[in-house]
Amino acid sequence: MRIGVDVGGTNTDAVLMDGAAVVASIKAPTTADVGAGVVAAIEGALARSEVAPETITGVMIGTTQFTNAIVERRRLVPVAIVRLALPATESLNPLIDWPHDLVDTIGRNVYMAKGGYEVDGREISPLDEAEIARIARDIAAKNLQSIAVSSVFAPLNSAQEDRAAEIIRNEHPEAQITLSNEIGRVGLIERENAAVMNAALVSLSAKVVGAFRDALKELKIDAPFFISQNDGTLMSAAYVERYPVLTFASGPTNSMRGAAFLSDQQNAVVVDIGGTTTDVGVLARGFPRESAVAVDVGGVRTNFRMPDVLAIGLGGGSLVRGDDAVTVGPDSVGFELTEKALVFGGDTLTATDIAVAAGFAEIGERKAVAGLNGAAVQRGLDTIHTMVEDAIDRMKTSAEPVPAILVGGGSILIERDLAGVSTLSIPERSAVANAIGAAIAQVGGEVDRVFSYEQEGRENAIAQAKDEAQAKAADAGAKPCSIEIIEVEEIPLAYLPGAACRVRVKAVGDLADS
Amino acid sequence: MKMHLDLLPDFLRGTAFLGTGGGGDPYVGGLILRQKLEEGADITIMDPMELDDDDFVVSVANMGAPTVMVEKIPSAHTMVKCLRSIEREKGRKAAALIAAEAGGINGTLPMAIGAMTGLPVVDGDGMGRAFPELQMCTFGVYGVPASPIVLRDEHDNEVIVRARSNLESEWFARVVCTRMGTKSEIALYSMSGQEAKETGVLYTTTLAMEIGRSIREARETQSDPFAGLTHYFETSRDKRFCAVLFEGKVVDLLRETTQGWAIGRVRFEGIGESTGEQLEVRFQNEFLVAQQGGRTLAMVPDLICVLDQENAEPITTEGLKYGQRVRVVGVSVPPVMRTPEALAVFGPKYFGIADVYTPIEALV
Repeated sequence: MRIGVDVGGTNTDAVLMDGAAVVASIKAPTTADVGAGVVAAIEGALARSEVAPETITGVMIGTTQFTNAIVERRRLVPVAIVRLALPATESLNPLIDWPHDLVDTIGRNVYMAKGGYEVDGREISPLDEAEIARIARDIAAKNLQSIAVSSVFAPLNSAQEDRAAEIIRNEHPEAQITLSNEIGRVGLIERENAAVMNAALVSLSAKVVGAFRDALKELKIDAPFFISQNDGTLMSAAYVERYPVLTFASGPTNSMRGAAFLSDQQNAVVVDIGGTTTDVGVLARGFPRESAVAVDVGGVRTNFRMPDVLAIGLGGGSLVRGDDAVTVGPDSVGFELTEKALVFGGDTLTATDIAVAAGFAEIGERKAVAGLNGAAVQRGLDTIHTMVEDAIDRMKTSAEPVPAILVGGGSILIERDLAGVSTLSIPERSAVANAIGAAIAQVGGEVDRVFSYEQEGRENAIAQAKDEAQAKAADAGAKPCSIEIIEVEEIPLAYLPGAACRVRVKAVGDLADS
Repeated sequence: MKMHLDLLPDFLRGTAFLGTGGGGDPYVGGLILRQKLEEGADITIMDPMELDDDDFVVSVANMGAPTVMVEKIPSAHTMVKCLRSIEREKGRKAAALIAAEAGGINGTLPMAIGAMTGLPVVDGDGMGRAFPELQMCTFGVYGVPASPIVLRDEHDNEVIVRARSNLESEWFARVVCTRMGTKSEIALYSMSGQEAKETGVLYTTTLAMEIGRSIREARETQSDPFAGLTHYFETSRDKRFCAVLFEGKVVDLLRETTQGWAIGRVRFEGIGESTGEQLEVRFQNEFLVAQQGGRTLAMVPDLICVLDQENAEPITTEGLKYGQRVRVVGVSVPPVMRTPEALAVFGPKYFGIADVYTPIEALV
């Protein structure tokens, strides 16, 4: 049996799953130390189902702790940044485009050194080992413990970054080192940004992963545990300890994956209606469609694999205004819903009140909304449905009606058929879709590299990329027989000789039982 | 006019628009320029009419692949050295800089060089948009030689190309650029003030800023950015034609790499007012021709821009993806880009398009 846990800002949810069956689910408050909330949620789920801890074979955790740390500029450590590139890239220093308050938090410890690669694989400059050693000693003298190393075209060749890490470790043995090639894609600034954020999170990641480990020990669960990343696949806890940035968008991803599971659909639009916002995403073959544009995290530009999610200001707590042209949101009473909404004895008309007045749901005191103007209620419902329809329409990839899955506590707002939707599913247990998404996640491997089709041939290049992606998925713990390629993308590189093409391949597979 | 930090976002959006799908994402160039402005740089944008006829004017640019430029960041320092070499070659000191192309990264970089050298940057350029090859400048069309072209890398390797024609300049320079890592800093098209005024596409720096401003103001007032753009172009200095050609989403995307180019086509299925129709746009780095059914709606050198359906953000050919909802906008180019001499260099025939050039306002 598996346990899925979602550690959110407000609640920690846990689900217990036996194969494809959800045995128990529970919500507990998130605690400041994270661990106690995890213990409470898992204990609750085990108690409800009377399942013994020894029968648990795996624990999968989704968390927004690391994203929140960057966004709130809390619990970050100072970072030293070493870029291997000179004489190239001197026009743009590391941290150039960062919000000042975030740079104040992590410091301005930037070292520019010789190194880097050309697109054709030649070195821009050979690594100057004495220079790197000098830098490492300086970093040690400043007592900086976390270091990010970047170099030009590191995704094409990681040798210089790897060697620099060796030299640094030699001079500064206790330093923790993040290499850009292990994290990001082509795009020096974005990849370096990711490496720096990762380095700033190493201390927190050790604490959080440690708290998860201790929680499981306290619960006497002796099973491997995994943490879900942006694209809905799992990483081992040890991997997350090293690369916490890779969890940045796991929240919406898990909710979409959970929706796919609960509704048994692989291709659908997922509408997650919460208290304040509605997130609309698209499932393609059971995985969230990724965003193609650069995504900002806490004001820092990144090129992470992130789901393409459209957020609109509509939720159960959205304020409803007007009699004729009724508007809903974007502002919301948020977590104060149970005090401010009419059905809870408050004085604010919310989307939830409209849904109760229309008879969609039994929440709070129905009497409190009996006096509402029936025509205005209908117009409010019209607005809500139109907002959701428009959002779905913006995320669809064809004019054909598509299946849609509704999850989240705010799904009570939708009762009518939606235009553009072929079938609408509102699965049971949709409130814990996130934890279920974590529980059922797969493991993946990705290759993103420039090939010369003229030299290697297109077929060969793609076959090589597929092999590498599959090997990476297996390394990450996927059962070899279950691994499949779910994405092949080719981006021809304008102006490059030799029919150069950037090839991105992603392979995923089910986690091997341990 | 002075360049300011406040003007930068509008300017960058405008250069992306004029990139017509290519020209390289102006993000990196914009960062370099922003850094200079934050350091307090003083950048003068010069009205071309203020150029003396015998002033010495030089173009500086980055040549190479947009994809390389996001790793091996363009070197502003090296571009200054290119400028100095041209000055030595010609035995004259530059009085002003002018952009080779208005679209993409080469629209922003000359301003960074202006910041470092104190030279004013002429309000105008040699393409009025972005094009893939360096002979496609109006400077060259009207008799200014591209060469001598100084190409440099960060190691202070320097190659000077002197060729008998601008097309040959492109051929030789492209080889050198590839050897330098598919990115070279270059200086080219050195000319007199009179030549700059007579052969350039004028006031395109202002144009970029005003395009960006029009889109921003529409967002701020939550009005239709496309109506705003159409109105802006109609009332702009050179009274341009602008129309939404199509509203649709990407349903098919074919990309091929042929002889070093990103060549392909994108097909849009109509939504909104275009429901039931299909539009196909062909590109070679930049968008070249837009056809609905068998009917051509716009072709090079007129601008074909693919913009986000909602917020009118320009989308590059590399940024195109399945399912994107867009509006395709066509804009006329000024007469200097439509003469027989200009069309011979960058008209539809050069790009292998069968149509005879017809101005967009006669097609839509």
